[in-house]
Amino acid sequence: MLSIRKPLTSLLQLHCKSNVLVQIRHASQALPQFSWEKYNVKRKNFGTIQSSDIGFFKSILDEKRVLTDENDILPYNIDWIKNCRGQSKLVLRPKTTEEVSKILKYCNDRRLAVCPQGGNTGLVGGSVPVFDEIVLSFALMNKIISLDSVSGSMVCEAGCILENLDNYVRERGLIMPLDLGAKGTCHIGGNVSTNAGGLRLLRYGNLHGSILGIEAVKADGTVIDCLKSLKKDNTGYHLKHLFIGSEGTLGLVTKVAIHCPVLPNAVNLGFFGVKNFDNILKLYKSAKKNLGEILSAFEMADFDAINTTVRNLKLPNPIADYPFYVLVETHGSNEAHDSEKLMSFLSKEMETGLILDGTVTSEPAKMQTIWNLRESIAGASLKSGYIFKYDVSIPQKHYYDLVPILKKRMGGRAVSVYGYGHVGDGNIHINVVVPEYNSEVASLMEPYIFEEVSKVNGSISAEHGIGFRKPKYIHYSKDQSALHLMSDLKKLMDPNGILNPYKVLPDEP
Amino acid sequence: MSRVLVGVKRVIDYAVKVRVKPDKSGVVVDGVKHSMNPFDEIAVEEAVRLKEKKIASEVIAVSCGPAQAQETLRTALAMGADRAIHVEVAGAEYETLQPLHVAKILAKLSKDEKADLVIVGKQAIDDDSNQTAQMTAALLDWPQGTFASKVEKSDAGLTITREIDGGLEVIKTKLPAVVSADLRLNEPRYATLPNIMKAKKKPLKKVTAKDLGVDIAPRIKIVSVEDPPVRQAGSIVPDVDTLVAKLKEKGHV
Repeated sequence: MLSIRKPLTSLLQLHCKSNVLVQIRHASQALPQFSWEKYNVKRKNFGTIQSSDIGFFKSILDEKRVLTDENDILPYNIDWIKNCRGQSKLVLRPKTTEEVSKILKYCNDRRLAVCPQGGNTGLVGGSVPVFDEIVLSFALMNKIISLDSVSGSMVCEAGCILENLDNYVRERGLIMPLDLGAKGTCHIGGNVSTNAGGLRLLRYGNLHGSILGIEAVKADGTVIDCLKSLKKDNTGYHLKHLFIGSEGTLGLVTKVAIHCPVLPNAVNLGFFGVKNFDNILKLYKSAKKNLGEILSAFEMADFDAINTTVRNLKLPNPIADYPFYVLVETHGSNEAHDSEKLMSFLSKEMETGLILDGTVTSEPAKMQTIWNLRESIAGASLKSGYIFKYDVSIPQKHYYDLVPILKKRMGGRAVSVYGYGHVGDGNIHINVVVPEYNSEVASLMEPYIFEEVSKVNGSISAEHGIGFRKPKYIHYSKDQSALHLMSDLKKLMDPNGILNPYKVLPDEP
Repeated sequence: MSRVLVGVKRVIDYAVKVRVKPDKSGVVVDGVKHSMNPFDEIAVEEAVRLKEKKIASEVIAVSCGPAQAQETLRTALAMGADRAIHVEVAGAEYETLQPLHVAKILAKLSKDEKADLVIVGKQAIDDDSNQTAQMTAALLDWPQGTFASKVEKSDAGLTITREIDGGLEVIKTKLPAVVSADLRLNEPRYATLPNIMKAKKKPLKKVTAKDLGVDIAPRIKIVSVEDPPVRQAGSIVPDVDTLVAKLKEKGHV
């Protein structure tokens, strides 16, 4: 669906989603402050890289896949929202699981810390080094190994780009079970390691359900083979789940087996204006009831989220200005059936006034324009300043409460405060845009936001993960008993702590 | 000016990858998402704006094609056209339908409907012919303003800004006239929900080319449809000297 006939694309100035990301990446040329300085972190007692180490890596990888030039390494040291900056001096680009295993065994013996990196699209600094960790890039592990058209299970390497996988399976009548704004850049291995959520989680569930098998390498180089492609497999502990969402702290994912649902015959997309948040909840209930099994996404964005995106990225807004926007997508097998259902839902909710106005389409190009607007919100504010990004799960009745509270709390200090996200999953993204980062502004929000989320039994990180930015707040969402078990697991699987240090786990008291 | 006739063509949606049939007789259209030719959307938008400015009193959308062309007409109606005419051309006849046939149909309908202005997209993104507006104007012996990026009503008729090589050309025409829409003429709207609902009830008349007395017998035979050549992979050269040497070797510098 994303391959656009070229000449017209440029004419109509349509941006492929991934291009938007690239464009934003270069929006600000200034280098961010070093993470350790900005967040006051102390280097742990790891080994430092010697020339003999580099010699060893060159002996197992060819020279081109061992990067030591400062300019070559810079992009691996910075995350795309320019929040974190590490000081790595070495990037390794393995092509096989065996190479990953050899690298890790060596690093473990030498106590050299390692930071795994996929597409580097993370939002919590999990994929960039903090000090001089060796960056292990999966970009060259990008082969698709097999696809079973009957079961829909695909086996591929960790460095495959999500959009490439989606294009590949689409040509074969399937789709990837996850979809997110960064699809043109992010790697499936990173998606799995961070348990990425995204736009269609409502319909196809999260990765703990879709990932059928995993091959991962432990810190000591042991390859753990759980690469089964079965839907049902109750043999012993479900070890693959340890690697889903553990952000590379227990092992590095090298291959995945993933279940791909069928490419829907009929897709419809509606984009509506809504008066207030209460009406969004009512509309969500009605959509679940009236659209039932065909509902595939239910997303919301407030006026400021859409307006900032339209203004900063010069994207068209297909409908007029409204306080809130809702995007409803259906995936089904029969065009006539789906559109009849959708139309009766829409007429009903126009009558009740839950939908003020809007548009609906089944034309791929138009749907793409609408999705592009929604997916571009995440990066739209990079132009206006520094963004504090919060990604929280909140019981739906409190879903939007924090946005007005934060707006008031920040007052004139913020350029804008807005909320958008996956209503269907109770997951809201709150962006607070300030002219530039300073710790004073930060202290107004952190830990305040996490305390508020904790009060309503929410999660301080719904889909972005804990990464480098949030270990000290993890206790707001995880009980001490659970944190102890996490720590025990870490010690068991990575006794020297070389895998993605300074991330996920809070410092031991 | 009272009545505007807008030509709309149903084409494969431009976000869909087009595939050539294995027997090279054409492209695969079954089960492929279609939508209104983007340049025709611009034409409809312009006509609707003329009506909103009370320059036009009625907008009639016309489409020549198979039964599904009615979906495209419903889109035009949802955007604001008042009524639609579906000229049914199906099967093999549609595959050999050419701009000349369409121009004859549009010319006939323009007279029947007493249109004062015909607006069509400058070209369709499937066959890229860019002929219909010009031929329609010729058949009617009306003035034409092709590749329009601005259309204004003036006392005598229309003032049209045309996109031409190297700049813009401003022309004045009398009415009736034929205009073809270029990319920058406007940004077409998305049909709103109430208008999508209303469009279902707007009049849509079905006619055939025969009813209009237009002969659509094929004038061409499709010999073969081929994929464009696949772009050859590039290569990375180690330094500028090698690059210059290679360019020289191939005679580029």
